[in-house]
Amino acid sequence: MLDSKIPAGKLEEKWVDYKGHCKLVNPANKRKMEVIIVGTGLAGASAAAAMGELGYKVKAFCFQDSPRRAHSIAAQGGINAAKNYQNDGDSVFRLFYDTIKGGDYRAREANVHRLAEVSANIIDQCVAQGVPFAREYGGLLSNRSFGGTQVQRTFYAAGQTGQQLLIGAYQALERQVALGNVTMYSRHEMLDVVKIDGKAKGIIARNLITGELEKHFGHAVLLCTGGYGNVFYLSTNAMGSNVTAAWKAHKQGAYFANPCFTQIHPTCIPVSGDHQSKLTLMSESLRNDGRIWVPKTKGEPRKSIDIPEEERDYYLERRYPAFGNLVPRDVASRAAKERCDAGYGVGTSKQAVYLDFAAAIERYGKIEVSKQGLKDVTAEHIIAMGKEVVKEKYGNLFDMYAKITGENPYEVPMRIYPAVHYTMGGLWVDYELQTNVQGLYALGEANFSDHGANRLGASALMQGLADGYFVAPYTVGNNLADEIYNAAIPTTHPAFEAAAKAVADRIASLKNINGKQSVESFHKRLGKIIWDKCGMARNKEGLTQAIAEVQALKKEFWSDVRVPGEINEYNPELDKANRVADFIELGELMCIDALNREESCGGHFREEYQTPEGEALRDDENFMYVAAWENKGDHEWQLHKEELKYDVIKPSQRNYK
Amino acid sequence: MTFTQMFTSSVGKKLIMGFTGIFLVLFLVVHAGLNACIWAMDGGVMFNRAGHFMGSNVVPRILEVGLFFFIFLHIIQGYMLTLQNRSKRAIGYAVNYTKGSKWYSRSMAVLGTILLMFFVLHWKHFWVPSRITGVEEVTLPNGLQVHNLYAVMQSTFQDIWVVVFYVIACMSLGYHLAHGFQSAFKTIGVHNKRYHAMISTIGYGFAILIPLAFAMMPISFYLHWVN
Amino acid sequence: MAHNNLNLKLKVWRQKNANTTGAFVKYDVNDISDEMSFLEMLDVLNEKLIVTGEEPIAFDHDCREGICGMCSLYIDGKPHGPWQANTTCQLHMRAFKDGDTITIEPWRSNAFPIVKDLTVDRGAFDRIIQAGGYISVNTGNAVDGNSLPIEKAKADASFAAAMCIGCGACVAACKNSSAMLFLSAKVSHLALLPQGEPERKSRVLNMVAQMDKEGFGSCTNTGACEAACPKEISIANIARLNKEYLGASLTAE
Repeated sequence: MLDSKIPAGKLEEKWVDYKGHCKLVNPANKRKMEVIIVGTGLAGASAAAAMGELGYKVKAFCFQDSPRRAHSIAAQGGINAAKNYQNDGDSVFRLFYDTIKGGDYRAREANVHRLAEVSANIIDQCVAQGVPFAREYGGLLSNRSFGGTQVQRTFYAAGQTGQQLLIGAYQALERQVALGNVTMYSRHEMLDVVKIDGKAKGIIARNLITGELEKHFGHAVLLCTGGYGNVFYLSTNAMGSNVTAAWKAHKQGAYFANPCFTQIHPTCIPVSGDHQSKLTLMSESLRNDGRIWVPKTKGEPRKSIDIPEEERDYYLERRYPAFGNLVPRDVASRAAKERCDAGYGVGTSKQAVYLDFAAAIERYGKIEVSKQGLKDVTAEHIIAMGKEVVKEKYGNLFDMYAKITGENPYEVPMRIYPAVHYTMGGLWVDYELQTNVQGLYALGEANFSDHGANRLGASALMQGLADGYFVAPYTVGNNLADEIYNAAIPTTHPAFEAAAKAVADRIASLKNINGKQSVESFHKRLGKIIWDKCGMARNKEGLTQAIAEVQALKKEFWSDVRVPGEINEYNPELDKANRVADFIELGELMCIDALNREESCGGHFREEYQTPEGEALRDDENFMYVAAWENKGDHEWQLHKEELKYDVIKPSQRNYK
Repeated sequence: MTFTQMFTSSVGKKLIMGFTGIFLVLFLVVHAGLNACIWAMDGGVMFNRAGHFMGSNVVPRILEVGLFFFIFLHIIQGYMLTLQNRSKRAIGYAVNYTKGSKWYSRSMAVLGTILLMFFVLHWKHFWVPSRITGVEEVTLPNGLQVHNLYAVMQSTFQDIWVVVFYVIACMSLGYHLAHGFQSAFKTIGVHNKRYHAMISTIGYGFAILIPLAFAMMPISFYLHWVN
Repeated sequence: MAHNNLNLKLKVWRQKNANTTGAFVKYDVNDISDEMSFLEMLDVLNEKLIVTGEEPIAFDHDCREGICGMCSLYIDGKPHGPWQANTTCQLHMRAFKDGDTITIEPWRSNAFPIVKDLTVDRGAFDRIIQAGGYISVNTGNAVDGNSLPIEKAKADASFAAAMCIGCGACVAACKNSSAMLFLSAKVSHLALLPQGEPERKSRVLNMVAQMDKEGFGSCTNTGACEAACPKEISIANIARLNKEYLGASLTAE
């Protein structure tokens, strides 16, 4: 059993107690301590800023051309915080409870409670930094509601909350760069963790412009490198989002936890053809007003607007009358897949369902009529007024849909389909966010800790900033206090030389394969295997096949991939080859994990384990644990379990009917 | 921060262009107003009297020095900015971006150069004779002896090429003002939507009316609408 | 919807690195679905180049949903291509006709040196932010978020400026290679908020100084930046920056 080092005491006192007793590093010593932070999204940028402010010598790395471009920037909806500004009964406990329940009881209580505790500080910190959150006319902060909760606790900045939060953290980071506390290495990719005496003591990073391998020492290494959704090839992640840093850590001994827990978001613009390179999310907020349906006839040839009302199947409202179109993400996604698999899908690919605003437009139009006290209004006029209201609420999303599909969503229903969006799994970390490798930490989406088997909307931003601003500065310091006796290790140390050589050898062997197939084509094939067999629904047979297929793909990759260009130059194809090679290995582990978890929970749906009504069937008796995998060499992993103890919350079956 | 630092920064350089530009706009109002006296249909009496006032009173004479200073500052700074700005893009585009802005806003230096050539000719026609080489005098009804600038205009604008060039210069001035007027106010910091809309409207009106008034002067003499 | 396939000719700027001279190279791309995004069309070309043993075209891109600001490309004489309020990654091939020749150039500015082909180095923007594009508040010092009410109109205006994605299209569009729209968006974002007040003067002075050091040109208010901006950042921000600068420089010690 793994020890997650959860402090003793009552749940609500653990974090306060920890902070009161953790070891500190005095300011003079902080200046001597070097901290490496990989990734500059919400977790990385906030950690770099906060650690820099404390006086540590921070080196921050990102593969993009600027830290401001990390994919946290694309988050649309908002960030949760237990502020209870709306006086609607919110509290730290309620946010904690909703998050645990939303995660289908596969998250760690102590971590989630801490997350809820610091959530309020995040909002205060961001406001102080100048994040322009949406406000009411009285000048106070505005809130909206999100899936899986009954209170309004989501803070937002139009549909660009992630962007505004990241820019806040980025500015704080750049301030530390200006002050000389942080050195920024952009267009650098971490390609290995350097371990000395079992502790993480640095990294090997490739300068993506020159191709040069650089050795960097650090008393601690923080990985804030996001999720691995791109293992599916098509996802809402950025093109560059990758698992490489986390995977290198895994290969160096860090356990990878719950890799099969991936979130499929129900409202994305469907795939339009083989050329597709990425998928675009349409915010969850659309489900507040849109109605989701498919035709009642299989292979319906008519256009959406020609199908009469009585021949439409509003399947979410039919199956889940209590929550209707607002069921959680995993439930909505599976229901859409079920309809499409049964032959009721729409669009050219038949892999889509309709998200219809006609009813909302009419409803809003009528409200406007009564608001303005109009009489004898024509139906067209009502619709026109309704469209104006919808435009004000969702205009930017409708525009985005129109740009991508060329269809006018004010006139015809949108076509949507689920797509990979977030990964709850990640590097195993203890309460201090430290992996099982001493000195190596994982923050934000890169770790596994807070969302269990399913993440609630507006919680990812909260976790990234909580880890970076408010948790890591304490927990990393607690361990660095013991490191003050250890001087910085020069990068001429044999461990650094050996690591750099191993990385160089791997790059050379990738380049020297000189095969016939492009990196992209392998990535596409990997994505198809994982999506088909380890996607929204999984079964034993499919997963077993997938493991064999991924193993074969790995072999083919390493014998027939073609990497053009030179090693010592700017070479995006080489960067991609490095990443895809790691995705292939991760893909295998995902399938192994999914095969091992013989239950259905959250985003993990095993077809063998469902209720007669087709709902997920959890097995708390046998699977209430975190599956942390240790790499034992090629295609070999050993399972370590961390038992999940629920002292405060009593797990129950989620019911949305 | 010193004033040198202030006015040599990229924003400061523009402030100089903006402030001098606004001064020159004010000058245009005065100039156009005085010259409009030619349409008094009194054989140039009112015009010559106004010209005499401007040439003999100490206040306009001091302002004239300032005017020359600001004109040259505007011209020199304008050329230097243009050269500096051009040097910021060593390799140009194969296809230029022309849709996002008005052609005249991108052509202020060219329009300004036409105006500079015009100034040389204009000074030769009027300022040099009046201040240096001398102009035939005329006696006003009140007995005052003044320069007969009206006669100078009359004779100058008998040459069709001079008239054509003056009209072209006025068109250049119009386009220069169409951008320059509102740009100057933006440069000195008018960002409020309401005021900006007002200034844009006034700017376009100014850019049409003032050059039109100036252009009508040589045309009026050439076509003998005044005599 | 009916979909068309397009055959196109591309004229693409190729340049090995910052130290070599580049040139346009012509490519034919055939059977391009008009449902593809512009970058997917380039992906198709790159795949073809890779399997035929040629070097793929390097271009920056990441989120492909119009928010990260990584994609650039000056397409047929306009940054981010023909559509308004749009980034290159959101441009779709419906914007073009069968048989079109498309000219693709990198952002051109001395302050944005070319890295390779269509990729440029926009590090200057980060350095401008370092010069003062922040509010100096350390983590953990903040008072309650609602203790400082902010007029909604001001908060909205601040947000409208903060929407800047830092892509550099304004610089690419400007005949003077001026970075004023970018800078003014940042200055406006912070100057409009009470939190930004204490550093208001030093911020604008230092950021302008850094912008000048980076080698951007002066603004001549042509409006090309605003017209090319994918987030429709208003040029009124530039006027606000000028006001901030004038006030700060006149009252500075």
